[in-house]
Amino acid sequence: MIGLALALGALLGYAALKFKVEGDPLIARIDAILPQTQCGQCGYPGCKPYATAIAEGRADINQCPPGGDTGVRALAELMGMEYKPLNAENGVEKPKAIAFIDEEICIGCTLCIQACPVDAILGAAKHMHTIIASECTGCELCIAPCPVDCISMEPIAVTPDNWKWKYPVIPIKSLPIKPEFTV
Amino acid sequence: MNALVNLASLLKSAKEIFPFHGGVHPPENKAQSTQLPIAQLSLPEKIVLPLRQHVGNIPKIKVSIGNYVLKGQLLAEAEGAVSAAIHATTSGTISTIEDAIIPHPSGLPDRCITIIPDGKDTWIEKKSQDWRNTDRKNLVSSLRLSGIVGLGGATFPTHIKLRSDGKSGVHTLIINAAECEPYITCDDMLMRERADEIVKGITIAQHLLGAERVLIGIEDNKPEAAAAMQAAVVSTNMRVVVVPTLYPSGDARRLVHLVLGTEIPHDKRSTEVGLQVFNVATVLALYRYFELGEPSISRIVSMTGNVQNPQNFEVLFGTPLPHLVKAAGGAKPKTTHYIMGGPMMGFDLPTENVPITKAANCIIAASPNLFAPPPPAMPCIRCARCADACPVNLQPQELYWFAKSDNFEKANDYKLFDCIECGACSYVCPSNIPLVQYYRYAKSEIIAIDKAHEAADLARERNDFRLARIEREKLERAQKHAERAAAGKEEVAKKALDAQASPTLEGNIHADAGDVKKEALASSKQAAIAAAIERAKAAKAAAAAQGDAPRNVADADETVKKEIAEIDTRRQAVGIETTSEKPAIDEDKHTKIAAAIARAKAAKVAAEAAKQNVTKED
Amino acid sequence: MMLKVLLALVPGIIAYAWAFGGGILVTIALATLTALAAEAAMLKIRKRPIQPFLMDYSAVVTAWLLALAIPPLAPWWLIVVGTLFAIVVAKQLYGGLGYNPFNPAMIGYAVLLISFPVIMTKWPAALQLAQTKLGFVDQLHYIFSGVLPQSVAMDAVTSATPLDYLKTQLTLKHEVASIKQAPIFGALGATNGEYVTFAYLLGGLYLWQQKIITWHLPTAFLGALALISGVFWVIDPAHFTSPLFHLFSGASMLCAFFIITDPVSGPTTPTGKLYFAAGVGIITYLIRVYGGYPDGVAFAVIFMNICVPLIDAHTQPRVFGHEK
Repeated sequence: MIGLALALGALLGYAALKFKVEGDPLIARIDAILPQTQCGQCGYPGCKPYATAIAEGRADINQCPPGGDTGVRALAELMGMEYKPLNAENGVEKPKAIAFIDEEICIGCTLCIQACPVDAILGAAKHMHTIIASECTGCELCIAPCPVDCISMEPIAVTPDNWKWKYPVIPIKSLPIKPEFTV
Repeated sequence: MNALVNLASLLKSAKEIFPFHGGVHPPENKAQSTQLPIAQLSLPEKIVLPLRQHVGNIPKIKVSIGNYVLKGQLLAEAEGAVSAAIHATTSGTISTIEDAIIPHPSGLPDRCITIIPDGKDTWIEKKSQDWRNTDRKNLVSSLRLSGIVGLGGATFPTHIKLRSDGKSGVHTLIINAAECEPYITCDDMLMRERADEIVKGITIAQHLLGAERVLIGIEDNKPEAAAAMQAAVVSTNMRVVVVPTLYPSGDARRLVHLVLGTEIPHDKRSTEVGLQVFNVATVLALYRYFELGEPSISRIVSMTGNVQNPQNFEVLFGTPLPHLVKAAGGAKPKTTHYIMGGPMMGFDLPTENVPITKAANCIIAASPNLFAPPPPAMPCIRCARCADACPVNLQPQELYWFAKSDNFEKANDYKLFDCIECGACSYVCPSNIPLVQYYRYAKSEIIAIDKAHEAADLARERNDFRLARIEREKLERAQKHAERAAAGKEEVAKKALDAQASPTLEGNIHADAGDVKKEALASSKQAAIAAAIERAKAAKAAAAAQGDAPRNVADADETVKKEIAEIDTRRQAVGIETTSEKPAIDEDKHTKIAAAIARAKAAKVAAEAAKQNVTKED
Repeated sequence: MMLKVLLALVPGIIAYAWAFGGGILVTIALATLTALAAEAAMLKIRKRPIQPFLMDYSAVVTAWLLALAIPPLAPWWLIVVGTLFAIVVAKQLYGGLGYNPFNPAMIGYAVLLISFPVIMTKWPAALQLAQTKLGFVDQLHYIFSGVLPQSVAMDAVTSATPLDYLKTQLTLKHEVASIKQAPIFGALGATNGEYVTFAYLLGGLYLWQQKIITWHLPTAFLGALALISGVFWVIDPAHFTSPLFHLFSGASMLCAFFIITDPVSGPTTPTGKLYFAAGVGIITYLIRVYGGYPDGVAFAVIFMNICVPLIDAHTQPRVFGHEK
């Protein structure tokens, strides 16, 4: 009996060592769902802090507007929670946009550079700044600090590059035959 | 290994044809456009050349509005690895460089160069190349300037298909002359009329690839073409393989299976198994480029369907479609729209006013008589006829179910991305479900989701990096502060230092290394800033001078060039980096972050040591 | 497509009418009308277009199969209830055409069998065996009123089916050879009933020739049924009947070519079809021999319907360019 207990104990101990997970995988998994906009609209200073807060039960799953409805659903599934619509207090879901600096107006104050959570703004003091478009997450954090209001959000335009095939819309009803179709 | 493969395929070749699963046999409708020989289409009033005529990056414009260009002159050069050049298809003056509707399923406008022909059709100085006695590597890099892309419709830049080091393990070259889609006859007519030139082109392709064997796959519904090719290859070691007419035998992987019995693994390119597939029209373009010095400026287009005289034309790229329609006797009444490509895989053109591009193998004038509006789709009854027809042996009924319900993960599990969108499933569906449309929808959604994930990963990394940097700067400040304090009371500190010599020393060394790196970083940052300023100046100057026109970049150094390239990408389309560059950047970033963390740790150790010293003094 | 299925059923119906009298035609007509009315009403309630869905004849196929499965002299309300259940619950409530996980006709049949076991097992004797022959008018009258012509006793027109009779007699410790001496047994299956079965086989071959069905399902079903009954028969011929008897009696042929070939509730992969049909064959045999009901087709089909997603998921064919 004792032998069995010891053996099982050893097995458990071995399993604990063998399958040890570094850090909290839950936080990482939540963080993987979040859009990484780092906008802080959720009330936390970034996506990871929000993920941590969700994991610890301090935050709700519906506080991330950039993640949108899909994001809330994914989080609900991961957390085994009921889906709930996005909390309007945190903002509303909008089409993805990126910041654009009007380089004529920019005075080179570097305030936006300090605000950017992903270092996507290039520039130096007293020189015009510019946004690295491919790295901008559209968090809008650079807009408020700008003293001359030279930053605007430009929605991402649809081009043949990022254009997507639409969901096929099939009329179930018989099509009315157009006059020019008749023989 | 290769010898083994060769032996195996040699044994197999006794059997000749290796059928693939499924396939359909739609009405061919090819006879209409093969009554007349290929005609040379006259010069149109204007030439509109979209920059997007191939798979890959948009080429970089090398001319500006008002320039006079000669036929065959380079207008835009290949940008990045996967890209193709664009040439002037006649002589004339560039009138505009602006967005116009391009022949693309999206119906969206894109950047086009418009030339007003001067009517003289003056060529640039044509230089043939002594390709037999030139290094292959040079030939391949020369091909980058040719603008030649796969003319079967896939428009994959041809120079990519030949390894850039000029070497390849390709032992068998397969020439795709199956032309399995209904209505399309451009390859058929090309083989009937220009078999000798095609064979010369094949010889060049064979030389470029170093292939020992050449097989030419032709469907048995083209007996004249097969006979012409057979006659042209008699004195060579090439072999014409007549395959049974069964759509989609012209799909590269299907054709390879048909003629060799080889199944190219789904995650490999044909070159990885020693095979390469070229379309007949593409090898003809190779011949013209290397032997005659003519870049890719025209192609054969089947103009068929609801037009008076269906016929094949040799059309200059950029020719507006109405000009071609007029040459075919004009559209008959009841023409509703035009289809580019075949009825199975083609798409409806958004308007008649689009130019002919490198992908345009066939234009079909559609009328309700030819293409009746599809009857309403009924629910799927899981009859699995689609599965019987699928040449990839997928389960289209399951894929439809998953695509319809946005269950993309499952769709991926059921190998959605192996679907070649041939349309055989939609063709046989008794419920008239537009299956391929669902697959395209699901594929583009999945691609968009993957891209969003990639962007999120990048953002996460950059955010982590930034946080690490902020933390490090804080620690460095603390360390400096501590150092100053320590320096003030050197005597006492020295004693403490003796006690803890090794760790502190180590820490200091690390910190020093960190400082050096930091300086390097700072200097690179400064360089970037300088570049940005320069770029801004250049942009301003350019903007003042000629609006959106390209800037003089000849004198700019590498960093500046890179910056400008970056800005260009951003301006033309919202920046999506080329995939080939990305992993390198990521790796670089990883090392940077790792370095940052290492630095932070080192700084921490040093700071702690210093702190201990301070405490000890007290 | 569905029209061809109906066409393929016609020889079977003719043989049926010849063997058991014209009453079956009334049953079929009644089932068809009920099915169409139920389908139309449900489509209207579910706000779906009615015309295209009625014109696909899928409801008619369900109605005919159900009518052919239940005893031909069943009262009219039985047919109506069975058809209604098949269309309303088994088909439309699951989402209509293409969405029903179970074969609607078999659900209708199973519900009737469980609810009205006595009527459902009371088959009329084949005309040439019956002591009193009922004319078409009498049959019609009986279906709607439940009243037989005077002087005709119920027992005079009905008889046990061979499968039923065999089961009862076996429990009475009789041996197969002696049981089979009874006049209801024909050369292969039931007297006259076996001709109906042949007619189904003929219709089934037509469907196969027309590429409406593939060889997988019928072959696997009949093969599995023959195999398992053959094994039992070889071991103990005194208590088990021959494979031929099983193939040509009961609903075997109807099942092989018309019931398990319903694409909606069946598997889609070729291998899956083999597993599915073999499963139906084996379960049918086990129910026939050991179960509480004389024939087991309906329950076997419904049971295997449940397994379809599992079968499909595990029998995915190898995709071009992929390892298995």
